[in-house]
Amino acid sequence: MDLKDEIRSFVVDNFLFGDAEGLTDDSSFIREGIVDSTGILQLVAYLQERYQVAVADEELIPENLDSVQRVATFVEGKRGGGSCAGGEG
Amino acid sequence: MTMTKGFSPEVLRLDHQQEADRICTRIRGLMRNQVKRGGVVVALSGGIDSSVTAALSVRALGRERVIGLEMPERHSARETLALSGKVARALGIPTLVEDISGILQSVGFYEKYDNAVRMVVPEYGDGWTSKIVISAVANQPRFTSFYLVTQNSQKVQSTVRLPLQPYLEIVAATNFKQRIRKMLEYYHADRLNYAVAGTPNRLEYDQGFFVKLGDGAADIKPIAHLYKSQVYQLAEFLGIPEEIRSRKPTTDTYSLAQGQDEFYFSLPYQMMDLCLYARNHGVPAESAAPVLGLEPQQVLMVYRDIDTKRKTTRYLHLPPLLIEDVEWE
Repeated sequence: MDLKDEIRSFVVDNFLFGDAEGLTDDSSFIREGIVDSTGILQLVAYLQERYQVAVADEELIPENLDSVQRVATFVEGKRGGGSCAGGEG
Repeated sequence: MTMTKGFSPEVLRLDHQQEADRICTRIRGLMRNQVKRGGVVVALSGGIDSSVTAALSVRALGRERVIGLEMPERHSARETLALSGKVARALGIPTLVEDISGILQSVGFYEKYDNAVRMVVPEYGDGWTSKIVISAVANQPRFTSFYLVTQNSQKVQSTVRLPLQPYLEIVAATNFKQRIRKMLEYYHADRLNYAVAGTPNRLEYDQGFFVKLGDGAADIKPIAHLYKSQVYQLAEFLGIPEEIRSRKPTTDTYSLAQGQDEFYFSLPYQMMDLCLYARNHGVPAESAAPVLGLEPQQVLMVYRDIDTKRKTTRYLHLPPLLIEDVEWE
């Protein structure tokens, strides 16, 4: 399973009770009511544990965490040393 | 509804006499036709909302049908009891004091809370105090995150962002306070054949700033339609002591003093009221911004925060949900 699939699977299992209907890679977690502020904490905890990435305060922004695609890009950037929105890379 | 001009702080100005009369007529009607109890219990915190709720109840039902319940605990602000006592004396209502520290101790609250804090601040112990604060929503487009502020016995403060588990543990433990208070309110209501008057204002009610089955529970909520600034206006009209009217709103929930705008709302209540009103009346961010002293972008972020809180806390208002309707009337 690639990174995006893993993240998608985490979101479907934890926030959608296994029902992925309507969830695209670009669905906004917040706008579509999939994840609330506690859910973001849950997502961040998962990213830190699963991918060993530290998420700084300034990186807790929609550009990094508000869709499957954005989260995957964010984690890839962190793991590859690339730049992430709000962070220093 | 859209308001494109005429938006100013004046939109929240009440006709005090008329509004107080309207609320009191409604309280009497609800009590007579639906609640059918002989009076009300009001939990007095020494704050503006409970004081105004008690004053309106007295005006509606008479002072002999209102009882004030004061429920301090180990972490309550020192002035809490003095202020709630002052309100009760001003209104001429009897009060009962129930110190809930013993119950909190029995359910393990203090230990659970301290253990949760130690998950992020291992040295937390005797002589330390703490509170939770949120990130500033109006300053940058960030997700709300929660921080634990601790103060050691030398009064040195430090702040750490809360990961998921300690955050949930701290909030879950702290919710004991609101739920134990509500349990005692209903105990006294039942033994007196009274109802419970809840004290949320519109900001709290709309934005979900309450504990389900804790301070969210009540039989009537006389000020849930009033913006906080309007509660202050009525407080003056109803003769609430100046000391209470001039006090900064606090949660009186954590051991370290905590303003409501640090914990839940993104702006001080005067501005939050206007933002909520503007949002409710379709005032464009560009029109609201100069009145609020903010940039349009900041107003948009507060609007977004209002919408998000509404969406994510809506379940707090829901009754238990059934699989299908059960006819009972």
